[in-house]
Amino acid sequence: MLLLAVAVIFPLLSDRYLLSVGISVLLMAALGQSWNLMSGYAGQFSFGHAAFFGVGAYTSSILYVDFGVSPWIGMAAGMAAAALLGVGIGFLSFRYRLRGDFFALVTLAFAEILRVLFNNSEMLKGAGGVLIPYRDVWQEFQFGDDRIFYFILLAMVIGFTALIGVISRRKLGICLVAMKESQSVAQSLGVPVLAYKLTAMAVSGAMAAMAGTFYAQYYGFIDPGVVFAATISVEAIVPCIIGGAGTLGGPLLGALIIVPLQELSNSLFEDVHGLNMVIYGLLIVVFVMFCRDGIYGTAIKRMRGVET
Amino acid sequence: MTELLNVMEVCKSFQGNLAVDHASLTVEDGSITGLIGANGAGKTTLFNCVSGYYRATSGRIFFQDREIQRLQSQKLCRMGIARTFQIVRPFGMLSVLDNAVVGGFNRASGRKEAYETAEKCLDIVGLTDKAQVPAAVLNAGEQRKLELARALATRPRLLLLDEVMAGLMPAESKEMIALIEKVHEGGITIFMIEHIMPVIMGLSHHIYVMERGKIIADGSPKEVADNPRVIASYLGKGTGGRVC
Amino acid sequence: MSIYVLQSFLDGVLMGGIYALAALGLSLIFGVLKITNFAHGAMMAVGMYTVYALAVGLGIGPYAALPLAVVFMFAIGFGVQRFLINSIDHAPAHNQLLLTLGIAYILENVLLMIFTPNYRTLTVEGFEKAIHIGPLTVAPAKLIMFGVVLVITAGVYILLYQTRVGRSIRASAQDEEGARLMGIHVRRIRAAAFGLGAVCTGIAGGLLTPVMSIYPTLGESFQLKCFVIAVLGGMGNLWGAFVSGLLIGVIESLSGYWLGGTWSEMLIYGAFILILLVRPTGIFGRGNRREN
Repeated sequence: MLLLAVAVIFPLLSDRYLLSVGISVLLMAALGQSWNLMSGYAGQFSFGHAAFFGVGAYTSSILYVDFGVSPWIGMAAGMAAAALLGVGIGFLSFRYRLRGDFFALVTLAFAEILRVLFNNSEMLKGAGGVLIPYRDVWQEFQFGDDRIFYFILLAMVIGFTALIGVISRRKLGICLVAMKESQSVAQSLGVPVLAYKLTAMAVSGAMAAMAGTFYAQYYGFIDPGVVFAATISVEAIVPCIIGGAGTLGGPLLGALIIVPLQELSNSLFEDVHGLNMVIYGLLIVVFVMFCRDGIYGTAIKRMRGVET
Repeated sequence: MTELLNVMEVCKSFQGNLAVDHASLTVEDGSITGLIGANGAGKTTLFNCVSGYYRATSGRIFFQDREIQRLQSQKLCRMGIARTFQIVRPFGMLSVLDNAVVGGFNRASGRKEAYETAEKCLDIVGLTDKAQVPAAVLNAGEQRKLELARALATRPRLLLLDEVMAGLMPAESKEMIALIEKVHEGGITIFMIEHIMPVIMGLSHHIYVMERGKIIADGSPKEVADNPRVIASYLGKGTGGRVC
Repeated sequence: MSIYVLQSFLDGVLMGGIYALAALGLSLIFGVLKITNFAHGAMMAVGMYTVYALAVGLGIGPYAALPLAVVFMFAIGFGVQRFLINSIDHAPAHNQLLLTLGIAYILENVLLMIFTPNYRTLTVEGFEKAIHIGPLTVAPAKLIMFGVVLVITAGVYILLYQTRVGRSIRASAQDEEGARLMGIHVRRIRAAAFGLGAVCTGIAGGLLTPVMSIYPTLGESFQLKCFVIAVLGGMGNLWGAFVSGLLIGVIESLSGYWLGGTWSEMLIYGAFILILLVRPTGIFGRGNRREN
């Protein structure tokens, strides 16, 4: 609650720079929640969330620029497309019993294929990307005031978190966690494993796509090298690792730690290229080695008395 | 009595090795039927075929007169076949109650009903006071009970128990025997694999004996115990000390 | 056959040698440690810059720097496995994957900090000029590159199949517990295997230094290809990795010639997905698939 109050008041007190940092935090949190559902709760380790993000960004942008469709509608279309992609990848990997690292590699390969495809197809705007013309009308998902963008994104993150919170307490969520721990046991208890897995992937994909559309509208420019990049996929994973995958607050906490830390190292050591990424790498290494459940996850486990 | 489960000439091979070799058996509705045999005789493999965990290489399996050998385990669970696993596998991250709820959703029309079923099943096995703790912290005996509660929550007609006594202390074994009888009185047919002879001899109405993938004998506990072939192949060797 | 096809084929084989060597290392690491090494591309970049730094710093030229780079890469690989990866030995697969990813970020960006993101080129007097073999042209540096690839690969084979250490590595790959019972110091052997894998990819990188301009993230672009090749050959199947490396080099070069670079990339990634799905043990069928 306190956090929420701070999040709401924050843009009213901050300058442009701080606001942009706030938006980066929220964007990472949104991506993180998307990954969290599919990989944290459902245990399907995705290394290609950029595929969903990029599909979302491109669907709304191309519909807008070429066909004049409002990005609000484009966002819905992008979500549908990403959900479909999720179902497709999910079905294939289920059908061929793909697990663990190999599943991660397949998702990575899908993101890469999309990147190469968009980079080289004239119809899809090629490597030049899409520039979104600026018109300050809300019907077209554009706002002169960045604070409105901030609040929209905040609502999105709250929405994602609430949705996952609800799911995790319902049949779907409980069964997803059960499936993550043992698919065959869950199946023997009557859980329709395939349907649930696909649902999780579709919803997760749609969430990432939503974040993608937001990204396109906020920054006003996308290209394949950015929205389909492996770094996007990693940005979906890292907040969950640091905060705690499979916990409701984990990705939020993770994003809240990483983004300011990176901003800080950027501004302190402006001339040293790469230092912030070294910190990024160190964070991953330290958390994977010493705090596997993330900050939030470890706290929960301690509270419940499970040994870590 | 009518037949609930009918296994006909089922074979299961792994890379050419026949783990189950033309096994046929029936489980009468309302009975407790036992399956015994030495380690590696193919008992669990046969269970896996019946519960849809494996697909039988050949042969047919009928449950309530419906052919089921091609169905997956979730479908079979819907139809009323539940099982426990030889090696307990609780969902450690979920609470004990949520573990049972996963099973409860099998037949429940809503969340509330699923929770009610789960609570009832935890009550039957005596885990009510542990309902909210994560399953990972339970001890071995409690995990066995949870495994049973979870299977019961699916509200099965046929319950397959794969060595539910394994790893239990003597006192816990006694409890488990009483539990199985209670479950059976509740109208659930039981088909169980068990190593501990007094247990299976005491509980079962009918027993099948497996050896190297084949069913070599069957009959009432007494008939089986007196069958020279069974004594020679199984009861006589090594396990003699545990017969009575 | 047109001369261009022949030329593409030759270029493909030469480049395929680099792929083969790097993928050999990846496959070796997977075979022994069951880890999908996301730091493989970064380790390749470390190799590139090691050779560059030694060659420029000591003024000894890239080829004299190679033996030193071998030692250095082995030390890095050994250390990374022994002190980082080994400590989360029995964690779920994706944790190990993430750990290597973190290591990749660190290695790559330390390079960036030391050497800046600028392109570096190292030309060796007399080696860069193309020579003609019949109708074909080829740079001597590339021929040397391929020659060294063959030598290193042969070395790895001799090490794995003719020495005690090699036997221990292979034993650990097949059955860790068994190897331990046989008195093999499994932890050290696993670190040695990772070191050897690092040498393979590092030298593959180092051999590229005299051939192309290098920059810290160059290794990344080889990484996915290494995955493709290692999976194609069957993860853990070294011979498969080597053959697939050459194969992918040739396919890339020829399909690039016929279809253009884009489609050649799409083709390779598409084939990758197909193989992961349909035949995850690789086309030679001897690789081991990790079940999770």
